[in-house]
Amino acid sequence: MNAIAERAPQFGRVTLPRVVRSEWTKLRSVRSTRWALLAAVVFTIGIAALACAIVSHHYPQMSAHDRADFHPLEINFAGVQLAQLAIGVLGVLVITAEYSTGMIRASMTAVPTRLPVLWAKAIVYAATTLVLMVPAALIAFVVGEAIFSRRNIDVAFSAPGVTRAVIGAGLYLTVVGLFGLGLGAIVRNTAGGIALFAGIMFVLPPLMNVLPASWNRAASPYLPLQAGQAIMSVTPGNQLAPWTGFGLLCAYAAAALAVAAVLLRRRDV
Amino acid sequence: MIEARGLTKVYGEKKAVDDLSFSVRPGIVTGFLGPNGSGKSTTMRLILGLDRPTAGSVTVNGTSYRRHAAPLHEVGALLEARSVHTGRSAFNHLLALAQTQGIPRRRVDELIDLVGLHDVARKRAGQFSLGMGQRLGIAAALLGDPQTVMLDEPVNGLDPEGIHWIRNLLRGLAGEGRTVFVSSHLMSEMSLTADHLIVIGRGRLIADVGVREFVGRASKRLVRVRTPQATRLAEQLTGHDVTVVPQGDGSLEVAGLTAEQVGEAAAAAGIVLHELTPHEASLEEAFMELTRDELEFASEAAV
Repeated sequence: MNAIAERAPQFGRVTLPRVVRSEWTKLRSVRSTRWALLAAVVFTIGIAALACAIVSHHYPQMSAHDRADFHPLEINFAGVQLAQLAIGVLGVLVITAEYSTGMIRASMTAVPTRLPVLWAKAIVYAATTLVLMVPAALIAFVVGEAIFSRRNIDVAFSAPGVTRAVIGAGLYLTVVGLFGLGLGAIVRNTAGGIALFAGIMFVLPPLMNVLPASWNRAASPYLPLQAGQAIMSVTPGNQLAPWTGFGLLCAYAAAALAVAAVLLRRRDV
Repeated sequence: MIEARGLTKVYGEKKAVDDLSFSVRPGIVTGFLGPNGSGKSTTMRLILGLDRPTAGSVTVNGTSYRRHAAPLHEVGALLEARSVHTGRSAFNHLLALAQTQGIPRRRVDELIDLVGLHDVARKRAGQFSLGMGQRLGIAAALLGDPQTVMLDEPVNGLDPEGIHWIRNLLRGLAGEGRTVFVSSHLMSEMSLTADHLIVIGRGRLIADVGVREFVGRASKRLVRVRTPQATRLAEQLTGHDVTVVPQGDGSLEVAGLTAEQVGEAAAAAGIVLHELTPHEASLEEAFMELTRDELEFASEAAV
């Protein structure tokens, strides 16, 4: 009873930095975070090394045509394709797990203005993925190109566009995570959120093939995945300019978070 | 202090809370009583701003909950539905809530000790028993040293020792001048803890009275009397509002007269009595009497 009777000193107001600290505690204190982030890092580096080793092994047998199509960076980013699934799904979970467990009621009781919780989640999750995935992309690049260098088919970090593409891979994964978070906050359900995320990212692109070829060519570069991955590309193709595409992915993520914010204010918890 | 004015919440076709007005005063334990599904939890969610009222308003300590700068310092709440991430430890759960308003870490440790979760504070909350979960919820409610404490069915799942602990805790909090608002569907539980009652049924206010007054007002006093001359006695017991019901075992149940009046009437007629028992309706019966018409699913309907 004494602990209650003591007036605890200077209980503060709710501020965004405080909610950010709270969200960091939440993120680091559940297992799914550790597993998903570990998976993303391992995929990015491990699959890059594996893919580079396999291609490097086969390179002498490759046709001239295949060699002309070959670009070391594309092989190097094979792991990013898998890592984005882990990052996106964790982004969904960061918010939907609060709904499935009921934690959201405690969160929204502590912060009844609600929006700081969403912003703090976005800040914490983006910072965490950025800090992990930019170095992971760099390591993947160094390892992959070291493997290619034995056949002299590597590309230098200083080559045109390469620095942007490697750092861009980390940025891309960060924004994919935010997109997942936004979709999760709209749907408020883990299964639904993951389905929506995977649908937009991985199911929509092949579905575009049912469109007339000219429509497909015109529309595909604007899909979130294709637009965002333009920043990782150093070869010409049917895609937007690197920063334009990445900017468009940022806009998709921002739009998802904005819709989520409006709904969060309006809906009952 | 909680003040509801014309509070109404409609979900689709169903009016969960219907024009509810009441005040919950500081310094006493106020019981919030109603059958399951009568709108207690919804009312509490409206108080916390988790749900938006369809009409009316509710304020806590003068303003709507959402407007308070340090909400956990104003109201500490335990909701009936679990509000804990099952994968997070009790300590980290409380820490995350505390950090939103700069409540120091040592306050978290204090509360873990207070509710008796010291040994399991690092275990994942998903492994907690119902009783441990309730204790964690109560720790979360008290985290901000709140002026108003609001608990939804707090004794659910607690063992007798835990129930005793809650009762003392609630009385202690009220004794410190705090506003204590506790819901239950069990009248007997309320009779042991509450000073004042707000009774609802089907989302509507049925009573807003002191516990003692509530029982007096709602209960019919009955007198059970056994005599070999039951028919003669029944003839003597007449008057306005008096009913005599013969029971299966040959005794009579008399409503509208005190045991003294029945005894005197029997003596005046020279009737021998074998038993004369005044029977005060329990709080439970008083509650059933009041809410019978308001029950969402009356028992007969279920049969």
